Amino acid sequence: MSTERIKFYQTGTFTAGNRLLDEATRTVQSRVDRTNSLNSGHRACQGCGEALGARYALDAAMRASRNQLIAVNATGCLEVFSSPYPESSWQIPWMHSLFGNAPAVASGVAAALRAKGRDEVTVIAQGGDGATVDIGFGCLSGMFERNDDVLYFCYDNEAYMNTGIQRSGSTPPFARTNTTQAVADHPGNPVGTGKNVPRIAMAHGIPYVATASVADLHDLERKVTTAIGVQGARYLHIHVPCPLGWGSDPAHTMKVARLAVESGLFPLFEAECGTVVRSTPIRRKVPVERYLELQTRFKHLLGPPQDTNAIAAIQAIADANIVTYGLWG
Amino acid sequence: MNVQMEGSQAVAEILACCRPEVIAAYPISPQTHIVERLSAKVARGEIGRCQFVNVESEFAALSVLIGASASGARTYTATSSQGLLFMAEAVYNAAGLGLPIVMTIANRAVGAPINIWNDHSDSMALRDAGWIQLFAEHNQEAIDLHIQAFRLAEALSCPVMVCMDGYVLTHASEPVDLPDAAHVDAYLPPYQPVQLLDPNDPVSIGAMVGPDAFAEVKYLAHHQHLRALDLIPELTQAFEQHFHRQSGGLCSPYRMEGADIAVIAMGSVIGTIKDVVDELRRASIPVGCIKIGCYRPFPMLQLRGLLEGVSRVIVVEKDLAVGVGGIVSADVQRTLSGRQIPVHTVIAGLGGRSISTSSLKQMILEARAERLTEPYFLDLNKTVIEQELARRRDIRRAGPVAEHILRTMNVMGTKVS
Repeated sequence: MSTERIKFYQTGTFTAGNRLLDEATRTVQSRVDRTNSLNSGHRACQGCGEALGARYALDAAMRASRNQLIAVNATGCLEVFSSPYPESSWQIPWMHSLFGNAPAVASGVAAALRAKGRDEVTVIAQGGDGATVDIGFGCLSGMFERNDDVLYFCYDNEAYMNTGIQRSGSTPPFARTNTTQAVADHPGNPVGTGKNVPRIAMAHGIPYVATASVADLHDLERKVTTAIGVQGARYLHIHVPCPLGWGSDPAHTMKVARLAVESGLFPLFEAECGTVVRSTPIRRKVPVERYLELQTRFKHLLGPPQDTNAIAAIQAIADANIVTYGLWG
Repeated sequence: MNVQMEGSQAVAEILACCRPEVIAAYPISPQTHIVERLSAKVARGEIGRCQFVNVESEFAALSVLIGASASGARTYTATSSQGLLFMAEAVYNAAGLGLPIVMTIANRAVGAPINIWNDHSDSMALRDAGWIQLFAEHNQEAIDLHIQAFRLAEALSCPVMVCMDGYVLTHASEPVDLPDAAHVDAYLPPYQPVQLLDPNDPVSIGAMVGPDAFAEVKYLAHHQHLRALDLIPELTQAFEQHFHRQSGGLCSPYRMEGADIAVIAMGSVIGTIKDVVDELRRASIPVGCIKIGCYRPFPMLQLRGLLEGVSRVIVVEKDLAVGVGGIVSADVQRTLSGRQIPVHTVIAGLGGRSISTSSLKQMILEARAERLTEPYFLDLNKTVIEQELARRRDIRRAGPVAEHILRTMNVMGTKVS
């Protein structure tokens, strides 16, 4: 019998469906023995990218660490929707202290484990973009420069969503938030502001920095597994759409995340000791409008009349990423 | 072992005997000598596998200990002044989570104006954060309180601050009796946590708690403090049996037999007050002194007992509740509710100003003669105050107050303008 080899993109989707893979290369999430680190029953919104990212990241981390994992959580959506007393969705040892100190608390956990000779236990810290790039940034930088044995996950949904959609240092240009409103002549978040924390993490010379997206969960799991195998400070910046804050359809979370990657706005790469060593190529480049038009936070740019200058500026950012990270061919 | 040693160095020596497993430190005067010496001891491997983490802020220092303590490690840090305020959010958090962290406060004024010298403003700012606060009179007591603090903290799963006056004690070289590690071991058992981050027995720590249970969690913290009021006398008694000296305790009287006036204070100023009491007693003035050794929880019952028969109370405190007056005196007044005796508030030693025996003696005599203003500011330079008030009445853009006062008093070498 003749067989025809079908590639993923020929199935009409860019997701690497588990059914098309041999068992060994399927996701951790698709395995019967997954740990459900963040268990069902929590209170995240429909279509929450952060809940999805955290579930994949933590289960992959659990598998890679042979279930020897301690997680520290910053204040934020993930902490709130997973923990209201007396319920907890956490099946792993989990601690929440404050908004701005998760990296330091994790450093403390790592120090205690070292003092007790428990080298087999992996410490992860996690928080949203507000906790990571803004209020916890001092502690994050301190954890990096000491090269503490902590893996940090930043779930980036590009604003303070827990407090009701306010601008963070990770909010993209022109995005509308409740503190960067598109009123009068203001086009939302000012252009030329914000910070690129993966690059800043790289500048600390730490052994491993990577970006990932819920658009590519295989890639996310692989990067988590790689990171667990590395000693020292590691940083994984995960792009997680927020339907509530972005004004996108909860059913479109994966689509929106994928368009961020495919447009070049959110480049996927890995860096070792300050140098980019790998990037994930874009398979079909899409204009940024396809990404913007699914989100009401950019509605004021799309018109009518369309703000062609703003859209061109966003396209320029995507194009620059494609060149910088070699995403196209 | 009897040695002549700087207070900070002695605290570091005794800390090593207490076998901490994680120390996090950020430099701030006047506590730095403690952690400097500890870093060397850790580096030499003198404290087992203890980890010394050089952090980027006091907020991080306490946060590191929060993580380490929840992971079952005995933890320690030291700070002062702005440092304590910078870590304030974590100070509340550590207590709310019930983590038995021990922290030395080398007491120092809080700016502005920036001032590195001793008063109690820093500890006072965090007095309601849920930490037990012990105050040392001298360096021997500071050492002994650290040993007791770990045992107390771990027995109650509640954090403890050991407060010692910055410079006055931290930088003073005094003879002290330093117990050895084996002796400390016999008094201080290994830390057995009540909650633990353990992959083999997962728990969630630090969950969000709503109106349905928040008050109960807070009440239980209060309950632990009330237990401390029973436990501290037991621990000090056990300490005395083991180390053959009295140290610590809730509050200690000095020459209170037949005393008509009681002077209440905390920390190193007690030594000066005792001298004044001796002098006044020689002049047949019935004065006594009470040292508050444990400020949080506040030992109301014990203090009330010691104040039986006293007809006048003077609280000498190194802090100021701006717009109110005294802080400690408010607690003393509450202690004496129902008893119609005067409680004078004396604000003294702010920003390191010396508290002299002559000023104290004069103040006590004035109080006795009902001539003390309330609150009374010991040795306040009223001429400067009046000049400055007049100047600010006349000139709208009067400029920064501190710099102008320094210029008026001619204590600055150069003119700042």
